[in-house]
Amino acid sequence: MLHIRKRAIAIFFVIIIGFPWIAEHIPAITHYPDVMVFAGIYSLITIGLSLLLGYTGQISLCQAAFYGIGAYVSGILTARYGLNSWLCMAIGMIFSGLVALLVGPASLKLRGHYLAMATMAFGIIVSVILNQEVDLTGGPDGMTGIPMLSLFGFEFDTTEKYYYLVWAFVFAAFIFSVNVVQSGTGRALRAIHSSEAAASAMGINVLRFKVIVFIYGAMLASLAGSLFAHYLNFVNPSTFDVSFSIKLIIMITLGGMYELWGAIIGAGLITFLSYEWLHFFEEFEIVVYGAILLLVTIFLPKGLVGIPGIIKRWFRS
Amino acid sequence: MKESFNKNILELEKVGMVFGGLLALNDQNFQVKMGTIKAIIGPNGAGKTTLFNVITGIFPPTRGTICFKGKSIQQLKAHEICNLGISRTFQTVELFDNMTVLENVMVGCHTRTRSSFLASGFAFPRTRRKETHIQSKAIGILEFIGLKDKMREPSGSLPLGDQKTLEIGRALATEPDLLCLDEPVAGLNETETKVASSLIRSIREQGITVLLVEHDMKVVMNISDEIMVLNYGEKIAEGPPEEIQNDPKVIEAYLGGNE
Repeated sequence: MLHIRKRAIAIFFVIIIGFPWIAEHIPAITHYPDVMVFAGIYSLITIGLSLLLGYTGQISLCQAAFYGIGAYVSGILTARYGLNSWLCMAIGMIFSGLVALLVGPASLKLRGHYLAMATMAFGIIVSVILNQEVDLTGGPDGMTGIPMLSLFGFEFDTTEKYYYLVWAFVFAAFIFSVNVVQSGTGRALRAIHSSEAAASAMGINVLRFKVIVFIYGAMLASLAGSLFAHYLNFVNPSTFDVSFSIKLIIMITLGGMYELWGAIIGAGLITFLSYEWLHFFEEFEIVVYGAILLLVTIFLPKGLVGIPGIIKRWFRS
Repeated sequence: MKESFNKNILELEKVGMVFGGLLALNDQNFQVKMGTIKAIIGPNGAGKTTLFNVITGIFPPTRGTICFKGKSIQQLKAHEICNLGISRTFQTVELFDNMTVLENVMVGCHTRTRSSFLASGFAFPRTRRKETHIQSKAIGILEFIGLKDKMREPSGSLPLGDQKTLEIGRALATEPDLLCLDEPVAGLNETETKVASSLIRSIREQGITVLLVEHDMKVVMNISDEIMVLNYGEKIAEGPPEEIQNDPKVIEAYLGGNE
């Protein structure tokens, strides 16, 4: 059930590598690699969220906050203080991890709706800070002048180069998470999801594992934020508000939160829907998301990645 | 063997538990001798499960001390108590139903062979070797409890008898010195009950002390070395099965006496 096949990962790898080349040759989708950069950035966050919500069973409505912290730490330290971009990325991740360590233990003692409320409150606090601390963050107008990324003189100055950079990170995060999920740690996380009482009776330090996964998700979101800031060279607080946290939940619900593939598929689909395919609906876009969430939870509780299983069962009976 | 037989593995001293205004346990003293099977019986609501929850750290007792192998554990968390060597099953089966039979037992191995989040993520060779070791250990346990043939099945699809057995197997995987069984044969048919009883006996033969709560008197009288009777949070009798069977206070508690 949990075995993630090496062949599937290899095929996925080839598709990701070949995609820009294919897109280049089909006129209607030449700009798709740009959308895929965002899909990759969101995938980083949803992979962390999948581990937290899908595997460990703990909801978080503050992933956008860590995403914002990463973006702003990178933005402020590079644009204002001229620090090395990669160093700032690491600082952002460490800082987000520390914040998660501060917020996590208190909120993760709560369950269900209460956990959702607590994490949402934290998300709102971060959002308010980003809006109100005008001297530091530039306030609602956002901040500009965030430099491009470069590594040893190699500039990530085209969409294609950035695409490969982002997806390299996604791959690393994906493989790391697959390893976690398939190890004893992953079993401990699923045990917590199933029964906290039984998990702790088996010697699993429930709170500790929840906090570790929360920190991991926060650090991935922060990394995504830094990549976002360096790609657009501009950040503004509305990107990181609570509604984006909810959108992230929709992503993994659609893709399927009980398998890591679902995180990437969901992030990819929702990104394309909101950047490309749903322009027609304009401000009613949100209604479409609502409908998606409703339909998926009723008919596909395991998300899109659950479809092969449903088909298999059909054929058997 | 004779020597350890007289040593107490678990000692409770004046353990009391109050929920709100409700007295669930009233300053209980009791001991479990190493290497024995001790049963706790009593009518519904007598405080048996509360006693279990207090011993295994689901919640700390309101007062009193609990000593396990000479160490006081009443302030420890459930997972710490498990690490020290107390494991348990649950009255209502609490299997990890999102996992296979084998995986359930493998979770039980966690406490002896855990690895860090980072080591798991980077899949260090050491972590992988551990994984193979855990798997073969878990298969060994499934063989012992007789569920090896079903190891790939989802645990939720097993019949109740197997589920209860699997819970015992999962608890054994933590390598306990004391195993607490909360109604291990409740809801089982006669054949399943016999299998479970002989499993519990063979667990004791491995040197593991067993503390059990059970309503099935036949089982209790058959397998226990010692029995304690609880009623309304109070101990009303304690002793070997023959003595308990004839104790007028016990008969009164069960059948109701003239007030």
